[in-house]
Parts: sequence; C-alpha cells; structure tokens
Amino acid sequence: MTPRNRACIVGIADTPLEKGRVPGGATVMQIQARAARDALAEAGLGMDDVDGLLVAGSWGMPRPGSMSALAMAEYLNLQPRYLDNTNAGGSSFEMHVGHAAMALEAGACEVALILYGSDQRSGGGRSLGGRPNWFDLQFETPWGMPAPVGAYALAARRHMHEYGTTAEQLAEVAVATRQWARLNPAAMMREPMSVADVLASPMIADPLHLFDCCLVTDGGGAIVMTTAERARDLAKRPVAVRGYGECATHLSIPEMPDLARLTCAERAGAEAYRKAGMGPRDMDVVEIYDSFTITVLLSLEALGFCAPGEGGAFVANQRTAPGGDFPMNTNGGGLSYAHPGMYGIFLLIEAVRQLRGECGDRQVVDAELALVHGTGGTLSSGATVILSRE
Amino acid sequence: MSEKPYGKPLPMPDLETQPFWDGARAGRLRLPKCNDCGQYHFLPRALCPHCRSENWTWVDASGDGVIYSFTIAHRGAGPAFKDDAPYAIAIIELAEGPRMMSNIVTDDLSRIAVDGAVRVTFDAVTDDITLPKFTLVEAA
Repeated sequence: MTPRNRACIVGIADTPLEKGRVPGGATVMQIQARAARDALAEAGLGMDDVDGLLVAGSWGMPRPGSMSALAMAEYLNLQPRYLDNTNAGGSSFEMHVGHAAMALEAGACEVALILYGSDQRSGGGRSLGGRPNWFDLQFETPWGMPAPVGAYALAARRHMHEYGTTAEQLAEVAVATRQWARLNPAAMMREPMSVADVLASPMIADPLHLFDCCLVTDGGGAIVMTTAERARDLAKRPVAVRGYGECATHLSIPEMPDLARLTCAERAGAEAYRKAGMGPRDMDVVEIYDSFTITVLLSLEALGFCAPGEGGAFVANQRTAPGGDFPMNTNGGGLSYAHPGMYGIFLLIEAVRQLRGECGDRQVVDAELALVHGTGGTLSSGATVILSRE
Repeated sequence: MSEKPYGKPLPMPDLETQPFWDGARAGRLRLPKCNDCGQYHFLPRALCPHCRSENWTWVDASGDGVIYSFTIAHRGAGPAFKDDAPYAIAIIELAEGPRMMSNIVTDDLSRIAVDGAVRVTFDAVTDDITLPKFTLVEAA
C-alpha cells in the first residue's frame, strides 16, 4: 500500500530556450513566474493552491536574491506557510525536493512549488574572474583562480594522479552526453562530437578542455509536489519521492577533504538508498550533475555505481550513451542541453519525464526507477533523490 | 618614472586574517596552531576545527610543503590575469598539515607534478600586501 502522505512530483516545467537564450529576453522573475504557471497548469492546479514555496538562485545579490523565496512569494502574490531558501549551489533543488517531501509528509504544506530562474547568458555570461576577495576567497582570488573550472581541474588532476584516470576517459562522458543531446530537440548542442574533438578543444584549465565544461545558458524551471492522496485527482501520472539525502563538506576547494573522493555524495547517496530501501543496481535511469566531466566520474564512484577510482573505466566505450547499458543524463546534460548556473532542477525534470514515458526518441524503455544527484558549490554539496512511478 | 600599478585583485584582510597578511608582509608564513590539541589549521577560525578550542596562536610555519594538486590556467581569471596565462595554481599540503591555495612560480610549467616538493617565497605586490607563493624544490 502507498502511504497517503507520500510526497509526489505532479507538475514540471522548464523554460524554452533558443541557442541558450530565452527568446525575446526575460527577467529572472518573469522566467520563474511563467515556469510556475506552466508546472501548476500541467498538474491541474492553480497558483492559489500553493502553500509551500522553495526557491534558490544566484540572481539579485545581496537583495532580493538573498531572500529569494520572499521575493518570489511577493512577485506571485502568495502567502506560503512553508518557506525554504536553501542555497547549496546547483544541488539546491534536490535538497528542495527532500525538504518539500518532509514538509508534505509532516503536513506543513499541501502543495509545494520549487522555482529556479537564470538570465546568465543574456545577462552577460559567467565570469572567470571578478570574484570577491573577502572571507575564504581572499585566499583564492589573488592567485588568479579561474572559477569554477579551476576547482574541478584540481580534482581531475588529483583523480588522475591517484587512479590513472585519463583525459580520454573524461571525454567519453562529454561524448556520450552529446549523443543523448542529439536525440533531444530542446538541447543547445546537437552536432556530432568525438573523443578526439574533446581532446582537440582548447585547454581551459589543465587537464580540462573546453568540451569537458558545461554550457553557459539562460534557463528556468518549476516543480510542483503534493501528497500521493491529493495526486490521485490530478492531471499527470504522479512520480513518487522514494528516498533523499544531502550533505556538505566544504565551500572553497582547498578545504575539500579529499579531492579524489566526493564524500558529500557518498553520504547523501547512502541516506537516499537507506530511505528507499534500494541500491544503485536497482536504478533504470540516472541523472547526474555534469558541470564538468570529472563531476560525473566522482559522483558515479561516490554513489556506488562503481568502486572508487573506477569511474574512468566505468564510462569507457560509450557505456552511458544511448544504447549503452547505463542510461545517464538523457536530456543531454549540462554539457550539451543547457546550464544556467544552477543545473539541479533540470536533472529532476528530465527524470520525471523519463518515468512518465514522455521522452520520445530518447525514452529509456520501461524506466520505473530513477536516481538524481545534484552537486553544488565547488564539489561542496551533494543531494540525492530517488524517484519512481507511483 | 612611475611604476606600473599592480592591476590584479588583492585580498581583503579582516580581523581574523590580518595576522596572516601581516606575517606575509614580514616574510613569514603563519598558521594557527592549537595550544590544546597541538594541531595546525587553515583557513583561520575562531574555534580549532579539530578540538573546537579557542585557545590557539599564530605561529611561523616551515614554509615547506608538497603539491597536493595543481592546474595550469590557460585562460586567466578575468582581464587582470589574461596576460599571465598560462600560469599554475596549486593546492599545497604544508609540512604542518593544512592545505592552502597558491601559485607555483617557475619558468617551466612542465616541471610541476603532484607530490613535488615546494617552498614558500614572498611576492610583495603592493606596499601593504605580500602574496605567499611557492617555488619548486629541485631534487639534488
């Protein structure tokens, strides 16, 4: 029997993009409002049903972005009784799903709305410099640390040193992800790409090449959650939250406990598996944060899909590509679909579409269980969500 | 006659970090050392991260370490570092235990390797700020 108060995802929406931009331009507030409306409409709900609001973004700092849930409540004319401003970088939305699940199960709210919006590309793109020089960053910025790519390059170098991981193995991830993007009309990058192409792309921060790095795009998304009981009367087939976990180990990269081991993902994953009563081998489709190719290898190892150090061998021979035996990042990922800065909400949206069977050419046959793992900061935070058809 | 001003980002010292930057200006690499558990830490913190004691003191470190990991920035961090690329950024594991980020100063970037020995050097970039950087210690 399904518990009546089990948390379910009942509506999703993402912002249509053209060449990585919102057509005609839009503010982050407009992007989020339209995504909210569309996700609620898909569920068969209205804005007035929302009584829980969870928002993270990197816009409008220090205000209104530092109070993003308040800003969006005001903008949408909502007075929510459950608010969550958790910002742990790109993993925030996996955390939001976990937090909303707990709130729904506890009766703290009945309809939770998770929001994200970004005008990163139209608004000037991501800077490799211009970072603050205070707090922890007074010990990074003066040395010319290119952020965020430099942090991931440091992890990749250490992983190569400890385990013999190669640039070719990292490139396999980018190539497999591109193969999925070629099946997704909404993906930004759909040209064919080979391992040789990745290795021939400009070196950004050795050992990471340009095509080891995610895209820089606009984007937005919304997720609507409610209880299984209420979900029964709604428009879309619900997707149940079966387990979740989160962890953070550091913020700045020199403080990472072990550059070759993603311990925050180990802990988040273990907690999600425990709550779900499942393990890595039960998953039919996997959506893993791919800010950079090394992020994927570290996450696969930490989540138990392979042993520590074996991520490179695991992804060899296009194992994660369409037709491979490990379907991963099936929308084309942050590497080829879109990456507005905090990518985690798109992992969840794609997993829901796969579990609903809405993915057309890229549909994973008989996908019933999905694992989603977000990474935030500089390999700083991790959050895992396990989803199933309800 | 006028020297070209230092056009790169400087650290913004605060009450907690000023002793580190004062030390660097005097040619010393300073680390917090706990008087209760005896361990060093970095970044500086009100409470020792090992035993949570507030009873710690800034002490001079040896300046020796090894490269825990490194990257060569082929695109500088913003316009200020554009002309420096390629340059090396490393996480140094100091002999006392803590790790810190810095640059490896060398004419030959290809000599940089994980586990390579390094020693601190001081780059007085302005009258107020000296940046600790590291050089390779070549095997005899």
